Amino acid sequence: MNASVQLEDLSVRFGDFTAVSNVNLNIDGGEFFSFLGPSGCGKTTVLRTISGFLAPSTGRVTISGTDMVGIGPNNRPTALIFQNLALFPLMTVSENIAYGLRIQGFSLTERTKKADELLELVALNGMGTKLISELSGGQKQRVAIARALAVQPKVLLLDEPLSALDLKLRQHMRTELRAIQQQVGITFIYITHDQGEALTMSDRIAVMSDGVVLQVGDGRAIYDNPTSAFVASFVGENNAFSGRVTRIDGNLAQIETSTGNLVGRNPKGLSIGDKAILFVRPENLNFGQTLGSVEFEAKFNSAAFEGNATHIHLMGAHGGEITVTLSRSDDFNVPAKGTSLKLSYQPALGLILADGALASD
Amino acid sequence: MLLLSYLERRKSTDPNTKGYFEKNGKALGTFFICAVGFWMILLIILPYLYMVIESFHPKLPMKLRGGPTDLVTLDQYKSFFIEPSSGDWNTTHFWAFFYTIIVSISVTFFNFAICYPVAFYLAQSGKKMNVRFLMLALVVPYWVNEILRAFSLRLLLTSKGVINQVLLAMGLIDSPIDFLGLNIGLYVGLSYAYLLIMMFPLYNAIESLDKYQIEAAYDLGAPRWKIHRDIVIPYSKPGIASGCTMVFMLCAGSLAAPQFLGGPSTLWFTSIVYDFFFQSFNWPRGAAYAFLLLSACVAFVMITLRIFKVSLGESIK
Amino acid sequence: MNSHIISRAMIGFYILIFLTYLFGPLILMGVTAFNTPSYPQAFPFEGFTLEWFVKLWNHRAMMTGLKNSFVIGVGVVFISVPVGLAAAVIMSQISTKLRGIYYLVAVSPLLTPGVIIGISTVIFWKDMMGMSVFTKTTFYKGTILTILGQSSFVSAYCLLIISARLQRFDKALEEAALDLGASFSQVFWHILVPFLRPALFSAGIIAFLMSFENYNTTTFSILADKTLVTVLAGEARQGTTPALSALAVVIIGTSILGAVFFEIYKRREQKVKNQEAA
Repeated sequence: MNASVQLEDLSVRFGDFTAVSNVNLNIDGGEFFSFLGPSGCGKTTVLRTISGFLAPSTGRVTISGTDMVGIGPNNRPTALIFQNLALFPLMTVSENIAYGLRIQGFSLTERTKKADELLELVALNGMGTKLISELSGGQKQRVAIARALAVQPKVLLLDEPLSALDLKLRQHMRTELRAIQQQVGITFIYITHDQGEALTMSDRIAVMSDGVVLQVGDGRAIYDNPTSAFVASFVGENNAFSGRVTRIDGNLAQIETSTGNLVGRNPKGLSIGDKAILFVRPENLNFGQTLGSVEFEAKFNSAAFEGNATHIHLMGAHGGEITVTLSRSDDFNVPAKGTSLKLSYQPALGLILADGALASD
Repeated sequence: MLLLSYLERRKSTDPNTKGYFEKNGKALGTFFICAVGFWMILLIILPYLYMVIESFHPKLPMKLRGGPTDLVTLDQYKSFFIEPSSGDWNTTHFWAFFYTIIVSISVTFFNFAICYPVAFYLAQSGKKMNVRFLMLALVVPYWVNEILRAFSLRLLLTSKGVINQVLLAMGLIDSPIDFLGLNIGLYVGLSYAYLLIMMFPLYNAIESLDKYQIEAAYDLGAPRWKIHRDIVIPYSKPGIASGCTMVFMLCAGSLAAPQFLGGPSTLWFTSIVYDFFFQSFNWPRGAAYAFLLLSACVAFVMITLRIFKVSLGESIK
Repeated sequence: MNSHIISRAMIGFYILIFLTYLFGPLILMGVTAFNTPSYPQAFPFEGFTLEWFVKLWNHRAMMTGLKNSFVIGVGVVFISVPVGLAAAVIMSQISTKLRGIYYLVAVSPLLTPGVIIGISTVIFWKDMMGMSVFTKTTFYKGTILTILGQSSFVSAYCLLIISARLQRFDKALEEAALDLGASFSQVFWHILVPFLRPALFSAGIIAFLMSFENYNTTTFSILADKTLVTVLAGEARQGTTPALSALAVVIIGTSILGAVFFEIYKRREQKVKNQEAA
């Protein structure tokens, strides 16, 4: 059983400070939905409002069409997995998992049975009698998930659950979480600042900054077609060139920048004279030139080898850094620092968006 | 009731400030408020107020209380200054008051002086094992009731007591020294009784001082006594203030030591209060004197805190 | 390095003298408990005897006093620990503005000389209970007044002890329980109280001990009854007998045993804490 979640005109204010403003979202039942954004963007606030620990200042939260106003966290069909897990230190693993069932009045035998089933689901068979203090980070993570699933919530809320784990474990847990979600079939609402997580796990992502939802879409849409400068620069690496639109040619446009005249797609329909930024992903830049490509020059700075890719850092004429990412199969001879190199890209891979704040600001 | 309505009102203004009853559930919430209300109102505030009010009443037999002659009066307080029966200046009580205060202050200083080295050693230099053992050794005597402790001191100090025996045997004196009559017994008793009260706050305060600060100062060439004067003592001010105020208050309010160790001519203010209640059954006067005692204590505490520039909150630790 | 050793020796010597100051009188008194003369005497040691312990056991008044002290102690624990708990919970929830005054009132009994607490207790309750004949005869008793008087400051101690532990409580645990469906009172009993258990336990023990050995306040509030301590005071005032020394030995013996048990308990608790932290 799962439920859909609707946020209508949701705003949350703390005194003078607006944490969340005018969020309108429709999350489908059974979806793995993520809120992605830097710290302080308001995603935790949204989560706590959905779970019932905060009340909205304006707007409302409905779950499967039922307005949640006035309903406390203990009466909502949601379960929350806290960032620091909040496992009960004085109870065993099994008691932790079965706590929600104990509240509901199940007998001890029934509870233990249910707990064992869930332990199997999260691959922790037989660890029911252990104390929380005896578990590793990854194991505690799974106990938290089992505990939340035990109360059979229709919506599972996860607050940056993987941030405390090391890299290998994080990657492993990503696939596991996704697998569990698809097996159990309930709606997962996940918040994180790590775009890698959001992209690999989610059906859809909402990118947030400063309390506002900037864009909602699936991973591809967000990555290939960001609708604002912030989203373009926050999700993945992106090279940014600012300037003014000087020509329009169908769905392409040309902007004049200090690096030269650059061409890219113009999905937002900007007009001549508008201040704009052109974005090109590092993996879409090449050295040398090919037919129909847009070209410009930059001075070589350094090269960083990262296992399966090499990142070349250059200094552009606009004074900003430019990154080119080459895969292992590409050849590259490291020149002297300061050497001027020719760079090029296919015009359709350039993206022109309205001028705005970048994620790194 | 006012408090309750205040709490209820706070619930509705901001949806995110959980109302008191929302947060705790009705049953528990009521219990908490009742318990604390009972305690604060019935056990602290009202009795204290009653005592103060009582001190403003004349001394009357049971039947006349609340009747026409039961008027508010400052007589009891006046009696502190002027003896009601004779009309003379009440020098005895006056003297007793100041004697009590001065002795309490002296004992406080004395205890501070002798506790400081031990506290410092415990806090800074001791090895873990030593420290724990020493702590235990310090605490054990205090498990013994203060009366028994006073009693044991008496054994030592009477004319037939051990110290006199030893001194006589060693030929240092010819006849027993009347320690008790000279009030030395009293001083020792008071100091002894509250030694630990001074020790613990001092220890806690010094213990939190980073050992490396002392070493740094030493390394820069400061002699040991300057280190204490400039670094350790200023840092432990809250602990010192705390210890001093507690010792002073306990001394001034002490009953056991003056009762058992004071000589026949000893006048201790708190004993006088005791007598008003149990000997002359003059409750109003006893209450008035008790209030004077309390004021003196509070005044001392305020002054100490001011001198040490420490806030009340810090010293409670 | 030489001066270091000398100062070390001096400190050691000083501590030795300090400890003698502390323990000397008590050890001496212990000796007199076993000595035959009817006047407590350490030297010369005339003969070993246990008769004073027997006399102690047969002392009627002291036994009554002991019983009363015990009853009062239990009464004080039953009032002060819940009050301390309630006070700690409330203190953690009120605004910072209110908290200052709240704290001041709560802690004031600790700063008030015991005699004043005793006096004010008697004066107040005499009037309160004197309001009707029924209340006067049933409640106006030394034991009850003493319980009330002692509770005022013992609760303050309980508040401090429990509060210290409460501050280390992770609020997220409370929220997790709520999120799993618990009601507020369930959160309290399932999560908060087990967490506070060590503090509640220490508060209870300290409450009992403080009540048991209290003199200044009890003297006033006990009226016609007696506690062990007031009996002791009475005896000590009238004259000295080694029976009192015997009592001291018993108390010291019990306290040392208590201290040993306490050490063992603390050691075990430390082990658990080390596991928890890991």
